Amino acid sequence: MGRRAGAPEVNAGSMADIAFLLLIFFLVTTTIETDAGLDRMLPPIEPPETDVIIKQKNIFQVSINKNGQLLADEELTDLKDLRAKAIAFLENNGDGTCGYCSGKKNPESSDNPDKAIISLKNDRETKYSTYITVQNELVGAYNDLRNRESMRLYNRKFVELEADYLNPETDKDLKEELKEKVKKIQELFPQKLSEAETSSSSSN
Amino acid sequence: MSKFAKKKDGELPAVSTASLPDIVFMLLFFFMTVTVMKDSSLKVENTLPNASEIKKLEKKDRVIYIYVGKPTPEFVSKFGAEPKIQLNDKFAGPSEVGDYILMERAKKSQDLQNVLTTALKVDKNANMGLISDIKQELRKVNALKVNYTTYDGDAFNNLQ
Repeated sequence: MGRRAGAPEVNAGSMADIAFLLLIFFLVTTTIETDAGLDRMLPPIEPPETDVIIKQKNIFQVSINKNGQLLADEELTDLKDLRAKAIAFLENNGDGTCGYCSGKKNPESSDNPDKAIISLKNDRETKYSTYITVQNELVGAYNDLRNRESMRLYNRKFVELEADYLNPETDKDLKEELKEKVKKIQELFPQKLSEAETSSSSSN
Repeated sequence: MSKFAKKKDGELPAVSTASLPDIVFMLLFFFMTVTVMKDSSLKVENTLPNASEIKKLEKKDRVIYIYVGKPTPEFVSKFGAEPKIQLNDKFAGPSEVGDYILMERAKKSQDLQNVLTTALKVDKNANMGLISDIKQELRKVNALKVNYTTYDGDAFNNLQ
């Protein structure tokens, strides 16, 4: 009587419930982390052997005090104006050797983008958030200039080129091509952002 | 003729749910693969500042994390309310950062040891003094590539 249809089929109706349970567990525990931030290089600890003499006019000095006030090139500056000021300094083109700059050629400001250095100094009691904002604006100044040149030469923004170049999913041939372009743009506006030691640690 | 007539009984057939498990499993596998289990629990407050000119940190295996911030309420009585450094699972002083970096670096494979990035996850209310100390320590062990990890957003939101 019972052995008419062979083994009975297992009811798979509850499979969906089990899978849902697991799904909900992973949904809840997942945090798709998107770690991103400002990339910086610290200066090596050994001082360079030959002291390079840098003209004062080629240095754009930015200092942040403990109240978050900003001194850019010896003027009290609002944070919102910092980017424009940095851009004006970087592409000032004082000696006229930079063909792609549209600066004012002010003899009192930087000679050319290759020589222009931005120096950042902060107090030990400066808030980290202020510091990041200043860093962001300075990196932004470089990125704005690089984007402009990149648009002119390759009709694409520099930040996009670089993001593609750094993306591990980009294929090899394209990467080589991008590497060239990224390098070219970086040479046009080399990022020379130096960080002095904090003021109260009193060395040099 | 009668063959065709039989099927015309007028009732709608039930929608088959047999493929439902497949769909759910597909979703399940997606979430299983993208899930990253946290490897250290945070003992410090960690509200990162915002920045707009950010770059993504690709390749997690090349990153060493350092957390800085005020200890969370449960640790305040023990460690005080001043911002502290958290390395792995414990609090540490600035002088321990160098050793930590060297230790973490030794754990990575040979070819990665020179391309490591140190991600500084710093609470936005921390002071630069502590960060400067960390930076000094990093320079001592020649870990020069740092990434100030931030959220994507308008940097001027930091100033409130």
